[in-house]
Amino acid sequence: MLDIISISKTFNPGTINAKTAVSNLSLHLDDGDFVTIIGSNGAGKSTLFNAIAGGFYVDDGAILLDGLDITFVPEHRRSRVIGRLFQDPLKGTAPGMTIEENLALAFLRSMENSHPFSRISKKDKALFCERLSLLGMGLEDRMKQPVGLLSGGQRQALTLLMATLVTPKILLLDEHTAALDPATADKVLSLTREIVAREHITCLMITHNMKQALELGNRTFMMADGNIVLDVGGEERSHMTVEDLLMRFKAGAGKELDNDRILLS
Amino acid sequence: MLYISQTALELGFLYALVAMALFLSYRILDIADMTTDGCFVLGTAVSVTFAASGHPFLAIPAAMFAGVCAGFVTAFLQTHLGVPSILAGIVTNMGLYTINLMAMGWSSNVSLLKTATIFTIFHATGIGGAWYEALLAGLVTIAAGVLLILFLGTRLGLSIRATGNNIEMVRASSINPAFTITVGLCVSNSLTALSGAMVGQYQNTADINAGTGIVVIGLACLIIGETVLGRRSMIRGALAAILGSIIYRFIYAYVLYTKIMPVQALKLVTAVVVALAIAFPSIKAWLQFQKRKMAAPRRVLPKTAAHPTVSVSDASDIFPGTSSSLSDTVNVISDTPDRAQSGKEVN
Repeated sequence: MLDIISISKTFNPGTINAKTAVSNLSLHLDDGDFVTIIGSNGAGKSTLFNAIAGGFYVDDGAILLDGLDITFVPEHRRSRVIGRLFQDPLKGTAPGMTIEENLALAFLRSMENSHPFSRISKKDKALFCERLSLLGMGLEDRMKQPVGLLSGGQRQALTLLMATLVTPKILLLDEHTAALDPATADKVLSLTREIVAREHITCLMITHNMKQALELGNRTFMMADGNIVLDVGGEERSHMTVEDLLMRFKAGAGKELDNDRILLS
Repeated sequence: MLYISQTALELGFLYALVAMALFLSYRILDIADMTTDGCFVLGTAVSVTFAASGHPFLAIPAAMFAGVCAGFVTAFLQTHLGVPSILAGIVTNMGLYTINLMAMGWSSNVSLLKTATIFTIFHATGIGGAWYEALLAGLVTIAAGVLLILFLGTRLGLSIRATGNNIEMVRASSINPAFTITVGLCVSNSLTALSGAMVGQYQNTADINAGTGIVVIGLACLIIGETVLGRRSMIRGALAAILGSIIYRFIYAYVLYTKIMPVQALKLVTAVVVALAIAFPSIKAWLQFQKRKMAAPRRVLPKTAAHPTVSVSDASDIFPGTSSSLSDTVNVISDTPDRAQSGKEVN
């Protein structure tokens, strides 16, 4: 599915601020894998996501998606097959446009609808309405309202729907529930679980909630100093506790997990 | 008087296309496109030159195509070469000065004498009677407005709107922002050039300096229209451009007719109106903050407070002379109407 072959990225190379965010990182994901990623501050979690999504080109190495080399494919082309959610619920939607128009933009990703002068059809609207009702937030009755009027949780749920409206090959979730209140975060998380399972999407999720990291998905990565220091899955992971995880991290990274936002429970 | 309002209506419709172009570039794409001044002259220059050589109809699409080219240069500078958007417009504008002179045969002024223009041809059909100019200008402007609204409802139009609204989201939705910005600026500049093309044939002349300040006037028109109609939908935006432009031309005609101030002063007034209108949200926020600051009770803490958490009621114990009750404090300082009002509310 996704193969990353020893990628490296240094920001501000050759200056006093040079920072190697990811160094010689490799990973392989199988179809339908749901990986949770935890790690210290500055471990390179978001950099890894940016490398996959195409926010920058890596200095070294290669990225293959479904056997296709996407290392030098620009961001907007990759986003046809890569869905992405950010921590900030305001980032994923256009506030001045209606819910319907936002969904229409997300729907652009499907190739058969990419004719530039086509308009939102009745069929599209019915599809949007149906998908919105699955969120259970009553948004299907507010299709003509600007997204700016929605709450953060509603916007994040809408972004999730937009990212998966056309099933992506891979979904990147960058702490997408961290800025929401606990109840809303739970709601968005269960929606995520539901949609990912229904569409059988390969998914990478950064979280700072250790319990969540073990509960969700089928694999867990731990990152430190720009690399993956721990990759657990299968039988071993199903018996793991948060304490085990922390111990394994210390063994792998040679230091304590250091993240000012980490939640142990 | 009738003649003056007729002229105001005609000019209002003709210049409304510039306001509409700015609605697209400034409001929707969030780019202050400084190409507008030069692009307007480019439109007049191309249009008048074509009309002078006997092609008044071909002149219009030719001028619009020239506008598209100007918009493309500005867009290319900012999307591919990293020139800041305002500077990109100014640079193109500068270059256009020479291009415009060239289009006018290296002369700073070209006149159409007894040459057929779209206006004389339309007049010959007899439609509209004495109002034929206003009718033709209105038809072209309204047609452009309808097309613009239809365009903004297409997937490409939605992508352009999203680019100005949230560029990060656009990148994550498989849209290339460089492409949408380019298309947006090409369309907006073709509208500006269309305005120039119509004005050129209407006034039977092209002048190298005709475009000075047109971007600010266009913005003023848009802001006036939006004040009247609000800015909630695309349809309202396009209507605001037309209505605002007509209102502006009526004000212009009124000043010209009554001579309440020298017409030359109108540019300064326009500039002030635009500056104030754009500054309005900041001014409003500042006023609200000042009001809140004035209405807030003066809490007094002793200078050598042993306990940093002295409450308001404690303060009156320490300073018997000062009353710390909220309403009293407010009344003491209520010397302006604003503050007096907030004092009343508290009471």
